[in-house]
Amino acid sequence: MNLHEYQAKALLQKFDVPVQEGVACTTVEEAVNAYYEISKATNSKFAVVKAQIHAGGRGKGKIKGTEQRGVQVAKSADDVKTIATNLLGGTLITIQTGEHGKVVNKIFVAKDAYYSGPSETKEFYLSILLDRAKGENVVMYSTEGGMDIEEVAHNTPEKIFKEWVQPGAPLAAFQARKIAFNLGLSGDAFKSCVKFVSNLYKAYVDLDCAMLEINPLFKTADDKIIAVDCKMNIDDSALMRHPDVEALRDFAEEDATEVEAGKFNLNFVKLDGNVGCMVNGAGLAMATMDMIKLSGGEPANFLDVGGTANATTVEAGFRIILRDKNVKAILVNIFGGIVRCDRVAQGVVDAYKNIGEINIPIIVRLQGTNAEAAKDLIEKSGLKVESAIQLEEAAALVKKAVS
Amino acid sequence: MSVLVNKNSKIVVQGFTGKEGSFHAEQMIAYGTNVVGGVTPGKGGTTHLDRPVFNTVADAVKTAGANVSIIFVPPAFAADGIMEAADAGIELIVCITEGIPVQDMVKAKNYLVGRKARLIGPNCPGVITTDEAKVGIMPGFIFKKGTVGIVSKSGTLTYEAADQVAKAGLGVTTAIGIGGDPIIGTTTKEAVELLMNDPETKGIVMIGEIGGGMEAEAARWIKANGTKPVVGFIAGQTAPPGRRMGHAGAIVGGADDTAAAKMKIMRECGITVVDSPADIGKTMAKVLNK
Repeated sequence: MNLHEYQAKALLQKFDVPVQEGVACTTVEEAVNAYYEISKATNSKFAVVKAQIHAGGRGKGKIKGTEQRGVQVAKSADDVKTIATNLLGGTLITIQTGEHGKVVNKIFVAKDAYYSGPSETKEFYLSILLDRAKGENVVMYSTEGGMDIEEVAHNTPEKIFKEWVQPGAPLAAFQARKIAFNLGLSGDAFKSCVKFVSNLYKAYVDLDCAMLEINPLFKTADDKIIAVDCKMNIDDSALMRHPDVEALRDFAEEDATEVEAGKFNLNFVKLDGNVGCMVNGAGLAMATMDMIKLSGGEPANFLDVGGTANATTVEAGFRIILRDKNVKAILVNIFGGIVRCDRVAQGVVDAYKNIGEINIPIIVRLQGTNAEAAKDLIEKSGLKVESAIQLEEAAALVKKAVS
Repeated sequence: MSVLVNKNSKIVVQGFTGKEGSFHAEQMIAYGTNVVGGVTPGKGGTTHLDRPVFNTVADAVKTAGANVSIIFVPPAFAADGIMEAADAGIELIVCITEGIPVQDMVKAKNYLVGRKARLIGPNCPGVITTDEAKVGIMPGFIFKKGTVGIVSKSGTLTYEAADQVAKAGLGVTTAIGIGGDPIIGTTTKEAVELLMNDPETKGIVMIGEIGGGMEAEAARWIKANGTKPVVGFIAGQTAPPGRRMGHAGAIVGGADDTAAAKMKIMRECGITVVDSPADIGKTMAKVLNK
């Protein structure tokens, strides 16, 4: 589950991780009030207004149809008013959103972190994630902050440092020091950094993060280390023990169809193709998508119905897939092991009759327990449903349907 | 000969009296698997499915001589179940549970270091040695005795492969479902190595998917050490980057863990890679009859 910057920063503050502070606002009025509050607290006329969407590249991204960037500096209450008016309700397109962009429902009015002071400001990069191969968490960091880290890793791999952390243990003190030294810090900034990364690692583990990225990690002109931006992704499997974090879920950021599918325990991912599919098991579902492509179609979705393919789930699946007007055919591919194929077939027939008019070909491939009885049931139903037992037959039927 | 489990394996079921545990333990027993008992804390001393129930895995090891465990414990407690089994001296732990928090698995996997237990899974269909032992949730009837070993990250694709192999006139020695989570106990390479060393296994089906680097590691090992033909398939050629496709581990993170990248490496390492999942069985028959 992804969190917004303002949500992630609030969680980090509970772990004593310093952040660029601010106020999340949903209206222009709130934003202006937030500005007055902030400029009073900082004794500065500068503040930053940041669009809150679940995608990176906001600073360079633009609101659809305008030249308005997703992150802007304000020098007055009037500035904030103008920026907030431009951002709120607009559709922000960044390199990560795709051409559809994302609607900005919230903005974060934040303190200016780039104020002047006795030393030079610096931007670094730091993230914590799982190293799958080692089965350990790794802190990845670089002196090249504020940039696309994949580019840094590709062009100058020597500028990326990594610290693997002993499972079950906190980030070791020597590792925290090593990070601060490698970032070239000294004095107060060094001390501040050591504390920052130690607390950040604790937050990563305690919150069951799947990924935690601070870019830029920032050294202020008065030698404080703070998180100017934060991307936090929580391990979905661990949400059961974080009801407070789960409550932060922003459904507006997610695909409405995927959210609805979730209510039926269907694992659905929307794609752009013309052949829908409904499959039991994630691996077989991906393989079925691949097969659709090889048969001349393009998969319209990923849909894993899990271990219980019954009339209710099949009907929900059909309805969700049929909402996509690009879909020209649907392939149901079930390998019945514990699930009996004849029951699934009955579910398909019932669902079909409940929905009424389905104007596109449905191909049902049922293999496994009672496959023959299932084929029989489908064929005698009188519905416009083609049935198959072997995967090859199903592929041939898809080919016929899309050609 | 066989790999990991056989008719002499003594299996204990963790989460024995729960809904999932009961259902699948019954199916395992019906298959002829030597289930010697189960564990449900607090229900020790009772019997279930005509088998003794123990409070701890240690009791099951001491009293019933269990050496293999299968775990059906809910996700929040499953990593603890893995550590308990390892601590009790179990040699093979098969964890079926899906949805274990990743940080729990980081700890559990580390706990296994230096202990003799091998972990299969989690989030897997288990292990089956045809006609000897079914330590998992796969439908037993699709597995016909034969000479092909199967290694797969996916449950239903394992069944698909076993079925196609049977239709092609071949059969299965042992099928190992290694699981689709980011952290799993036994890697593709380790499972392939076990089958490569099994004299009964003449050919290997290796099924992977997007995400992680395990297939590439296995492919390189096969190139250096392989002695038997391997047929490979990678699910997710059409998966968009950055999206999780059902399995927690099935996500394309970079250029190296796409299906295309994995298939290329596998082909370069001498594996016969099929594009379509419908071609697994007949391709295996073709390479074995060369």
